[in-house]
Amino acid sequence: MLSSSPLPSPRLSSVSIQTEDFDLSAEVAALRSGDAGVGAIATFVGTVRDRHAGQPDAGSISAMELEHYPGMTERSIEAMIDDAFRRFDIRGVRVIHRVGPLQIADQIVLVAVTSMHRGESFHACEFLMDYLKSEAPFWKKETTTDGARWVDARVSDDAALTRWGIVSGNAAGA
Amino acid sequence: MNMQIQIRYFASLRESLGAGETLTLDTPLTVGQLRDQLIARGEPHAGALARGRALRAALNQTMCAETAELTPGAEVAFFPPVTGG
Repeated sequence: MLSSSPLPSPRLSSVSIQTEDFDLSAEVAALRSGDAGVGAIATFVGTVRDRHAGQPDAGSISAMELEHYPGMTERSIEAMIDDAFRRFDIRGVRVIHRVGPLQIADQIVLVAVTSMHRGESFHACEFLMDYLKSEAPFWKKETTTDGARWVDARVSDDAALTRWGIVSGNAAGA
Repeated sequence: MNMQIQIRYFASLRESLGAGETLTLDTPLTVGQLRDQLIARGEPHAGALARGRALRAALNQTMCAETAELTPGAEVAFFPPVTGG
């Protein structure tokens, strides 16, 4: 008697660290292209806002500069994507993170995930963003009405990672 | 025994200390012991790397604890908590 085993899911992933902007539609089209098993696509785009959570004055931030650790940044995000493939039944991941000078309302980061069903891509997208916020070597410097300053890490971002069972002491410098 | 390592700094540490340096060690050290030796040089290292300042470290481009041991040719980086995304 013939038996058939299910075909393994594709495992597409790519990471780009770049100064250029990105096109969400084009990135999603490329990620799902050729995979008829995709039934769900979750995307997250982070953008530069003009104010702080604690000081909600419009216009208090006028620009931003992003620094990274070339090599380590790419490797660390690739390791996070490997972890996402182990945890979730997903088919493809695309991560883009911009570096260099950025203006208000510019796109900073894209995480896009494909899966057969929505739950897995929603979860994996949030997992990857939580992970990236606390463990990928990027640093933001803001230009504010009081001058330029390095952004402080937030304890709440470390807390967001603990729900996935990952302990991060990033904000504490561990 | 002499071994050469490379130190790199990022973000606010890079502004205070430069992009990094190559160092020759005559004794094996952990990442935390290296930090202490750099602090012992005095300013600007003492302030930038001071105990009590929230800093992270990476060894060969992987996040590490200060107990991690340096090996010949190691690339060690010090930087503030990360703030991407």
